[in-house]
Amino acid sequence: MKTIFRPALAALCVLGVAFAPVAAQAKKLTEITFGVDPTYPPFESLSPSGAFQGFDIDLGRAICAQLAVKCKFVNQGFSGIIPALQARKFDAILSSMTVTPERAKAIAFSSEMYNEPTSLVEKKGAGLVPTAASLKGKTVGVEAGTIQETYAKTYWAPAGVKVVSYPGQDQVYADLLSGRLDASLQDSVEADYGFLKTPKGADYQFGGNVTYDPQDVLGSYIAIGVRKDEPHLLKKINEAIAAIIANGTYKKIESKYFNFDVYAATPAAK
Amino acid sequence: MIQIIQQYGLAYLGWDGYNISGLAMTLWLLVVSCGVGFCIALPLAIARNARSPFVWVPVWLYTFIFRGTPLYVQLLLIYSGVYGLDFIHNTAPFNEFFRQAINCTLLSFALNTGAYTTEIFAGAIRETSHGEVDAARAFGMSRVTLYRRIVIPSALRRALPVYSNEVILMLHATTLAFTATVPDILKVANDAYSATYDPFDSFILAAVIYLCVSFALIFAFRRAERHFLAFLQP
Repeated sequence: MKTIFRPALAALCVLGVAFAPVAAQAKKLTEITFGVDPTYPPFESLSPSGAFQGFDIDLGRAICAQLAVKCKFVNQGFSGIIPALQARKFDAILSSMTVTPERAKAIAFSSEMYNEPTSLVEKKGAGLVPTAASLKGKTVGVEAGTIQETYAKTYWAPAGVKVVSYPGQDQVYADLLSGRLDASLQDSVEADYGFLKTPKGADYQFGGNVTYDPQDVLGSYIAIGVRKDEPHLLKKINEAIAAIIANGTYKKIESKYFNFDVYAATPAAK
Repeated sequence: MIQIIQQYGLAYLGWDGYNISGLAMTLWLLVVSCGVGFCIALPLAIARNARSPFVWVPVWLYTFIFRGTPLYVQLLLIYSGVYGLDFIHNTAPFNEFFRQAINCTLLSFALNTGAYTTEIFAGAIRETSHGEVDAARAFGMSRVTLYRRIVIPSALRRALPVYSNEVILMLHATTLAFTATVPDILKVANDAYSATYDPFDSFILAAVIYLCVSFALIFAFRRAERHFLAFLQP
């Protein structure tokens, strides 16, 4: 009995109105409030005037436009964002949240919004691709403690790729420049903003995204999180994501921020 | 703690699955750098006590520079700085040597400990009792024989307690190796930490390993002192 009434009680306490979850579902969707931690450009940040901006925010607006509802964004620190969702401070989390089994226990996730693929960076014209066969005998730099380090050591090191761990990502780039490394493996967004778009990275390029990951070392995609008791909202959001991808809105927003495909290349093949 | 030992125990001791790591790497760094350092220190210590300023000034400059700057800076200069020079890049043997992180690390460690060891030995040589030197001269020994039979053996024995400190300080200095991507004990501890978010267990395990090595070194040097310095005991 207790477990049945808990969501209802929570709704009662927070809203101060006697909407049972059933009633909330039946209500017509007029507005979606997204919880955002705006400290993570280019995905979400605050403009100097205090407005929300970024890739996530634009996607959120496109989803709202698709559903013909109003869009609101609420500032919420990332560490407390799941409890805040469950306390009904907002309807959904839109904050570069990667789907993990731990989080999936607490909340429900939409279909894929995007993925920060793991990419290889190399000197222009090197012609390397992120596979063990292509990199055999080459030296690849990774930052210690990252999923990329685990990836390179899991799949590449046994196949004869020299994997070198560095204390920090900036040192990886330094040795890429000095010529010690033939390539480096890291988050593509990090590589793009931290290196390739800087003057130092002018002679370097992406060598492609990692697509082979049978042991799921690199984890899952990034999605919108909603409360588990609102499948109706989740269904609407999933439909809207599918629609904006189908009608090209997604591509248009993507090209505004990224020079690579943040959706199709991933999730890595299981 | 048990989980860390199960998962990272082997990496702490010597093999992370693909490379030498942890304790084995730390000991390799220590042995090679102290060995090379010893070999360069011995002739330099004699040169340091030479009369001609053309001989002792360069040696003094070397020890002054390498004792006067942090090892961390020296390592960065050799690892990042030297390899960045076009001259090094274009000379095949140099390029080959400096491309390997382990070579850069060993070189900077050896030069650093070499500078300290030079001063330790030079001090011991300077303190050699005049009576022994006079006696050797009276015996008709040449300069070379004098150094080979009297000065060097006596100076090395008397330098032993100070030199043991230098070796232990060098052990502690090897923790800088991961700056140049050499996976020593501390690198493995950092890996364990970032995987488990358990700083105490990860680093205490590293500390215990360092403690054991230090203890073994102290024990070995005590034994050596008792053997080689027996003539100084009351």
